[in-house]
Amino acid sequence: MKFRVDRDVLADAVAWTARSIPARPGTIPQLAGILMVAGPDGLELSGFDYETSAHAQLPVEVADEGKALISGRLLADICRALPDRPVDVSMDGAKVSLTCGSSRFSMQTMPVEDYPALPELPPVVGSVDGDAFAAAVAQAVTAAGRDDMLPVLTGVKLEIEGATISLLATDRFRLSLRELDWRPEQNEFSANALVPAKVLGDTARSLTGGSALQVALAADGGGSDGLIGFSWTAGGSDRRTTTRLIDGSFPNVRQLFPATSETTAVVEVAALVEAVRRVSLVAGRNTPIRLTFSDAQVSLEAGNGEEAQASESLDAALDGEPITIGFNPTYLLDGLGAITGSHVHVAMTLPARPAAFAGMPGEDAEPDLQFRYLLMPLRMQG
Amino acid sequence: MVRPPDTRQPDDTGCTILHADMDAFYACVATRDRPDLAGLPVVVGGGQRGVVLSASYEARSFGVGSGMSMTRARRLCPQAVVVRPEFEQLSAVSAAVMETFRSATSVVEPLSMDEAFLDVAGSLRRFGSPVAVARYLRERIADEQRIPCSVGVAPTAQLAKLASRRAKPDGLVVVPRHTVTAFLHPLAVDELWGVGEKTAEQLHRLGLRTVGDLAHTPVATLRRALGESLGSRLHAMAWGYDDRPVTPRRGPDEPEHSIGSDETFGHDVDDPEVVCRELLGLSTKVAARMRAAGVAGRTVTVKVRFADFTTITRSRTLREATNLTPEVYATAVDLFTRLGLQRARLRLVGVRVEGLVDAATAPRQLMLGARDHGWEDAERAVDKAVERFGGSTVRPATLISTGRP
Repeated sequence: MKFRVDRDVLADAVAWTARSIPARPGTIPQLAGILMVAGPDGLELSGFDYETSAHAQLPVEVADEGKALISGRLLADICRALPDRPVDVSMDGAKVSLTCGSSRFSMQTMPVEDYPALPELPPVVGSVDGDAFAAAVAQAVTAAGRDDMLPVLTGVKLEIEGATISLLATDRFRLSLRELDWRPEQNEFSANALVPAKVLGDTARSLTGGSALQVALAADGGGSDGLIGFSWTAGGSDRRTTTRLIDGSFPNVRQLFPATSETTAVVEVAALVEAVRRVSLVAGRNTPIRLTFSDAQVSLEAGNGEEAQASESLDAALDGEPITIGFNPTYLLDGLGAITGSHVHVAMTLPARPAAFAGMPGEDAEPDLQFRYLLMPLRMQG
Repeated sequence: MVRPPDTRQPDDTGCTILHADMDAFYACVATRDRPDLAGLPVVVGGGQRGVVLSASYEARSFGVGSGMSMTRARRLCPQAVVVRPEFEQLSAVSAAVMETFRSATSVVEPLSMDEAFLDVAGSLRRFGSPVAVARYLRERIADEQRIPCSVGVAPTAQLAKLASRRAKPDGLVVVPRHTVTAFLHPLAVDELWGVGEKTAEQLHRLGLRTVGDLAHTPVATLRRALGESLGSRLHAMAWGYDDRPVTPRRGPDEPEHSIGSDETFGHDVDDPEVVCRELLGLSTKVAARMRAAGVAGRTVTVKVRFADFTTITRSRTLREATNLTPEVYATAVDLFTRLGLQRARLRLVGVRVEGLVDAATAPRQLMLGARDHGWEDAERAVDKAVERFGGSTVRPATLISTGRP
């Protein structure tokens, strides 16, 4: 094996591939490795943890074909630190030697034969604009659960119906719903997939430069063999990733958005975020920030008489009955951070009922219902 | 009435820590209304099997002791009268005793149902001396509850506990400050608090049998042999130094700011379904007690004791405090399931909730899609029914017809 590669292209691809390497490979030490294959099509890098696979293909002039399995962590650390010079990689007995400018590294290899085969990319079912997808995923994952006790809720549900993908996530306390246009291969295409939120978020973050994203799906196997894959071009290499779908049925949450509301309020997002940050400084762990909407104002209040207290008021355009409602400040900030536009539209019914948040491009604009965030209140007991 | 001054009164200056311990608590409570049992060996224990919870002094003279298996006790003392414990009565007596303690000082730290530490430094103006407090407590408990209580009076908690052991049965022992070392040094090392079987063995191997031996061993040697912390602590204890504070606690039921309940099975159980049913029963009991006390807790702990008496515990801290049966139960079952016991034979399971806070001010994050009238309302209704009709009027259906009394 012998090839020369651009430093940035290599570093970017290695860093990306290394992300799917398990932190603790446990009984399968070779999973800690990145597989390098130099062939007629250039250089391929692979990482796999049995859940998620990452594969990058780099356009590289290969002098000698060959393959090697080397520690992904070490390779990523080295590549990140290399000077800005072309990188020469070659086999040197049982070791891989890497030269860049005047720095030279020699790395131990692991037996290539023991490395598991990566799953095949399922059939491509359509494509979507990379930037739009990244933005949609970033919003959707806001409400995803992190509790491994409830694995179904650690996923983002993709509901594909014709030219629309709906992304749904909930941790039982809040719910995000994002709708996104895409280009299916078949007009009548319809499918569901429950994708680990972490993987989806990582994929979305590594999408750069507005390239199109191919979506590949094998969801309708019925068993636990569901697999979703994405392929795109980034950082000078072709990338594809696959991940196992979460097994289990996602709750039917769409109907939780109330059809009507008693009170709606429109508030400037930036001012509200600032005020919530300040006032919630005195809110203890899991204690609410209380919002009172009345008289063209929203007053924020947190803390109790015994310890610290804080309050602040902002202008708000109100429609309907006055209402006081308490929220977990972190959840509220998560929602306000995820919506887009200068103003937020809040629709409420009762203090113990969920409030629906949507962004607005301007004070008098219609709420943008492409992304909606539904938040359950935090209440004092008894 | 003017009493002649007690000339034998030991010097209790600075002995502000009391350790009060009921003598053979279960046995005494069980027999106090049974004059027919007076003077007979009485053993308190339950079930076809199970262990001796308490034994009267008459039974103890045959070698019967608490923690022993019932079979062994019967063999040692075939003429013993076996009495079932009545926990409701026991907790009522225990609560009354703790109340008596609190009437003397507000700094009461219950250690279990039948013993407590008291710091009486703040009560001396009212009572005159620590010994006067101790006498007052012993008299009142004997008078109101008709059970004996032994009290140790000493400058530190550790010494007070040792003293109360010397005081039994039905006595009062003071360890004056100037006699601390004289009192401590002849004792066997395993009498010290924190010296269990393992540590005692280690000390014996070093040739250290008495507390005096320990005191005269260089602290560096002890640290090397027992570890930094235990080594220094034992050395300090051997000289009577002990900075363990007496921490006032909520109530006798919750010595560690927790509420919990255990159940020893009638016979060893390996069926996970039976264990889970028991966990449900315990969760129901614990959650009801939390609601009755107006508290909620965040940490759920499951205790499992195997047939060979090895005991393990597993806990999980929830995102917010709860006092609802389904939440306690779900956590308990999950903790148990994750042990992956594969039908190991179990002797006992327990459920405990710690980190208790006032339920009225504990915030609750509402859940999407939950019913308006959820478990909270259901459990409130159960509490009301139980309050009115008692015991197990309303309980989970799984717990009906288990053949338990």
